[in-house]
Amino acid sequence: MRVWLQHHGLSLAQTLARLARSPFATTLNVLAIGVALALPFGVYCVLGNLESLSRNASVDPQLSVFLARDAAKADIAAVEARLKGAMGVSAVRFVSRDAALVELNRAAGMGEVIASLPQNPLPDAFVVTLSASDPASADRLEVEFKSLPKVAYVQADSAWVRRLDALLRLGRTAVVLLSGLLGLALVAVTFNTIRLQILTQRDEIELCRLIGATHAYIRRPFFYLGSLLGLFGGLAALAIVLSGLMVLNRDLAHLAPLYGSDIRLKFPTSDEMISGLVAAIALGWLGAYLSVSRHLLEADRS
Amino acid sequence: MTGGVAIISLRQVSKRYPGGFEALRLVSFAVEPGEMLFLTGHSGAGKTTLLKLIAAIERANGGAVLVNGQNLSALRPAAIPYLRRNLGLVFQGQKLLFDRSVFDNVMLPLIVTGQPYREAARRARAALDKVGLLQREKANPITLSGGEQQRLCVARAVVNRPAILLADEPTASLDAAYADEIMEMFNAFNQVGVTVLVATHDRQLIGKYRKRVLTLDHGRLQ
Repeated sequence: MRVWLQHHGLSLAQTLARLARSPFATTLNVLAIGVALALPFGVYCVLGNLESLSRNASVDPQLSVFLARDAAKADIAAVEARLKGAMGVSAVRFVSRDAALVELNRAAGMGEVIASLPQNPLPDAFVVTLSASDPASADRLEVEFKSLPKVAYVQADSAWVRRLDALLRLGRTAVVLLSGLLGLALVAVTFNTIRLQILTQRDEIELCRLIGATHAYIRRPFFYLGSLLGLFGGLAALAIVLSGLMVLNRDLAHLAPLYGSDIRLKFPTSDEMISGLVAAIALGWLGAYLSVSRHLLEADRS
Repeated sequence: MTGGVAIISLRQVSKRYPGGFEALRLVSFAVEPGEMLFLTGHSGAGKTTLLKLIAAIERANGGAVLVNGQNLSALRPAAIPYLRRNLGLVFQGQKLLFDRSVFDNVMLPLIVTGQPYREAARRARAALDKVGLLQREKANPITLSGGEQQRLCVARAVVNRPAILLADEPTASLDAAYADEIMEMFNAFNQVGVTVLVATHDRQLIGKYRKRVLTLDHGRLQ
């Protein structure tokens, strides 16, 4: 067991030394793998952020019920009673036209526009919070509220959430496809790198076979090489994604206050980073495996 | 098999290369453990092919090759490395590795077979001492003379203490003094019990030893 560890250590040290001997080629290889991995990982992170955003937003889907301009106090009370009595409604909040105007006034740049209006153009409105979050019941309530007397318009505030949800689903599929494709690219890159390395060590491999090296012994340093390339490539990808998120967050810090929010892109969790690295190592290993096996098969045949 | 104790035995062995060239035709002979013998013949007679069959580098098309009691044509590919660990090979085109020291070249067979490092280093130095290269252990083999390089190959072949030593034209590129030196080494290994099979076309060298000589002529044993 100790001897076995000693040999693995030796193999690993030799592989590291070999990588260090050609720093330029190694750096380029690592970069190629890093960029290939950074794309799907980066998109995954951004999607994760959008997803949590849409989850927060869709917790309580809302309907805005706008009343006709000529609705009298009695009409408003009647509509409010109907809204409160409807199935699947959890809360009803009345926003009078005056309150709405005050709120609008506070929004940046709107003051002058409003001041120039002869009268308040806004209608009275109810903001109805639904208890059921499924799109079907929201649709049903939307139709029901539209038919109430003195209701001019009903706007489903959850519509954009649904649209975002559909877009996110599209995005997730894209991430899967992208990961598959670029994972394939990673395998191809390591395959070729290892193949090159095999060719430069051809004499050594042939000699080792003549003096009784098993296939496992011959494969070992190349497995290390492939896995190390995957690991370094994965680390490069993480560095790219994290610095990318940092840059985006700096810009968001300027942008977010303008929208009255403090949206920030969350960094991937350590679990996500570790599984990304493990996947990179596994793909590098796979590339090495395919490359060495192919070479040994060819050598066996000749 | 006649004696039943032969360490190498060939029975009716034929080898035909793709393209139809028949390198060996119905070759049969047996080697006793601890024997030293020469294999000779004109160039292209099949000496190298014969050694390659014994080392399982090539496979026979017909007949049976037995080494250490194992039938090589029935050997699984995964078992070949373990067979070769009992063989010391000194082949043409020496295959020394010039990216490492003399010492590391001799270490390789021990590393490959998984010896503990300390023990391996001790044995590598002993082997280098036997061929008179201990002083040069840190040198790069490319700085060695032809005779020294060949001695290094011998050290690498015997460092694993193989039961059988196969040498293919070990003296081909050496002048007479160096050739004698190498052959004396093989003789010394034979005296401590190693079975030695040397392929050479150097009749003069063969004449100096009273050993059995197998002569190949166009793939047939005379």
